[in-house]
Amino acid sequence: MELTDIAIKSIYAVIVVSVLMGFCSYAVLAERKISSWIQGRVGPNRTTLPIIGSIPYIGRFLTRLGVFQPAADGLKFLFKEDVTPGHVNKVYFILAPVLSLVPALTTVVVVPFGYFENAAGEVVNLVLADLNVAILFLFAISSLGVYGVVLGGWASNSKYPFLGGIRASAQMISYELAMGISVLPVFMWLNAPGTEGTLSLVDVVNSQGGALWNAMWMPGSFLIFVVCIFAETNRLPFDMAESETELVSGFHTEYSSFKFGLFFVGEYAHMLVGSAVVAILFLGGWHPMPFMTWADFGVHGWLAGVLSVGTMIGKLCGFMFFFMWIRWTLPRFRYDQVMRIGWQMLLPLSIANLIVYTFVIYFLERP
Amino acid sequence: MPIVVKRKPLTFLEKLYIPEIVRGLTVTFRRMFFGETVTLEYPEQRPPIPAGYRGVPTLVRDPEGREKCVSCQLCEFVCPPKAIRITPGEIPADSDYAHVEKAPKEFDIDMLRCIYCGMCQEVCPEEAIWLQNQYSMSGYTRGEMVNNKAKLYELGGTLPDQHFKWNKKKEAAENGGGHH
Repeated sequence: MELTDIAIKSIYAVIVVSVLMGFCSYAVLAERKISSWIQGRVGPNRTTLPIIGSIPYIGRFLTRLGVFQPAADGLKFLFKEDVTPGHVNKVYFILAPVLSLVPALTTVVVVPFGYFENAAGEVVNLVLADLNVAILFLFAISSLGVYGVVLGGWASNSKYPFLGGIRASAQMISYELAMGISVLPVFMWLNAPGTEGTLSLVDVVNSQGGALWNAMWMPGSFLIFVVCIFAETNRLPFDMAESETELVSGFHTEYSSFKFGLFFVGEYAHMLVGSAVVAILFLGGWHPMPFMTWADFGVHGWLAGVLSVGTMIGKLCGFMFFFMWIRWTLPRFRYDQVMRIGWQMLLPLSIANLIVYTFVIYFLERP
Repeated sequence: MPIVVKRKPLTFLEKLYIPEIVRGLTVTFRRMFFGETVTLEYPEQRPPIPAGYRGVPTLVRDPEGREKCVSCQLCEFVCPPKAIRITPGEIPADSDYAHVEKAPKEFDIDMLRCIYCGMCQEVCPEEAIWLQNQYSMSGYTRGEMVNNKAKLYELGGTLPDQHFKWNKKKEAAENGGGHH
């Protein structure tokens, strides 16, 4: 690889990570706004900027929408006093938030988010690294995120964080299995006999172009995978690690300021990557509708790039909204219920689902 | 008498859980887009104050502009947290109300002590001290939180009653008759 290639890749990486961080901060705002709308409140609507905020109508509208709030939140996280309690294990205490954010940002490397056609008419996929084992890489790295939670809980050397950490690890192990098995039908279909074997996420999306989306003819897999994504990202109704009614705020009870901010951003980055994976595996990625691709609409060149990325982001935002919508609808499960759902319901269901689709794919076998 | 609520066993659809989640989602969705907002955006919007509300105690004047307080100090004596301090003073001899004998020279209510019980208002024979609508007092120092006489009259304003008890007393004294 030449030096210029490396430089270009680095620039792409910086752009992708900054966009992801931007999405994270606005996901926090969306969470606050959506929760307040569902609860009949107003939500953040006071933060304003000197010049933009004073534009008539538009400035007021943006202020009421809370568009400037993420900047204030970010500054607060940076400049508040960073308390490190005396009873913690300092090294791991500082390491934990980093460990929870880094895997989330690493997984985005293999997530494709669109394509465009260059001057020669070739299709170029927009992805930082089109690994052939993308899905394995993704699962392997994203489940490392739990180490941050467990380590944070343990290093805090205090009861509630410790319980939160233990719960997080148990939950992660329970749901990883069902999640892994539930996506197998997708890849069995992709690697049907007679085709070139691949685990690449780009190929998953391309296989859904001009065909049914996977969610439509594999609703079982889709449902199990979505439930497991909720559990993996520690979102309600599965936020055992935090569960503020029982454990104060679980693993990050002792954290403040910037370290807490890292945990916070890490959680939202996990959610974003999880939403993107759901969109790619089951909701047709950047294809606008089932049986249709952008090429079928006669869209080519750079316009295809814009529209495909836009579609992908649209699906991602839709699923993020679903995350938040669920949060304010369902109450938290009890810990034993979480374990029972994981081991006694989702795992057998996903195995049954796998067996059924093994036969379905056998009889549907691709030409 | 305890009431036992009988729970119906869950139907098959309810046990499936998914349809019930969908029902819950429709409820929250409806709340989100068609629900009313109950927030009162406080400094700009204020809650309606009901009649008889006990806010900050204030001193009032009568419609002629005379201060009603005659410095009897009953409120000072009755005040449970001892928030009121009155220094009685004389009324100048050339005043129209010289016959009233006394007026407060100084009148301090310490709002850090006041418990808004309203006993001063109840006990006042002259209806000079009133707990009114003002409910949010704030300041940067302890000194700022003590309302002095000028502040109390500024907060209190005028009580629009038309009794003019002291005018009648004066008239009665001049005409030789007795007033009640």
